[in-house]
Amino acid sequence: MTIHTNHVFRALADPTRRAIFEELTRQGERTVHALTRYAGVSQPAVSKHLTVLKRPKLVRHRREGRETHYRAQPDALGPMVGWLDRYGAFWRERFDRLEGVLERMEP
Amino acid sequence: MSIAAESARALVVERVFPHPPEKLWRALTEGALLAEWMMTNDFEPVVGRKFQFRAEPKPTWNGVVDCEVLIVDPPRRLSYSWGVGGAESGLQWVVLWTLTAAEGGTHVRMEQSGFRSDQQGAYQGAKYGWQKFIAGLERVLGGLD
Repeated sequence: MTIHTNHVFRALADPTRRAIFEELTRQGERTVHALTRYAGVSQPAVSKHLTVLKRPKLVRHRREGRETHYRAQPDALGPMVGWLDRYGAFWRERFDRLEGVLERMEP
Repeated sequence: MSIAAESARALVVERVFPHPPEKLWRALTEGALLAEWMMTNDFEPVVGRKFQFRAEPKPTWNGVVDCEVLIVDPPRRLSYSWGVGGAESGLQWVVLWTLTAAEGGTHVRMEQSGFRSDQQGAYQGAKYGWQKFIAGLERVLGGLD
């Protein structure tokens, strides 16, 4: 697992962050205020969550006047799907080894 | 992308082995046998038992999987949590083994999915659980290409 994939997983391990990210994929651009109303937690908490989502580039922001607008970057999920594919390879390899163990075992 | 997204919903690997379920159960639950095909471990088939799988450390992974036995239902179902990177990383999965007698042997199904329900947090409970998120992810990824 790469460092980047780690950041993607960590960012999405938190249910509030998943909800924020999902809302952004549904609604397009949203201000911090709108996201705060949606998430039902304090604005500093939302800002903190957005900072964590920004690190692996899951969200992008732009400033307009006094408002900061956020937008989801679903392409950033790519490495996570790749990681799940590699886990699939891990289990298939384990199944192959299990087959060998079963052959050697007493009936 | 749809194939990858499909596997992201929950990772499932299945195979029919030409051996009876009782033999599969032993390979899945006897520590020494388990070590031969999985990893070094201190597993015991007791619900609530905390154990570890240990592999060679890699640059991006310390080689340790922290687990807790969740279901022991011989010779049908075995489940344990699967945590990577320590408690702070939040990378917590559940592995569920299902054994079913099949023509000429045993159908083995391994499903790796979800986060444990106690880790889904206070925010609207299970409403924003991992499964729901993955379902949404599939939709998002479907629109990527």
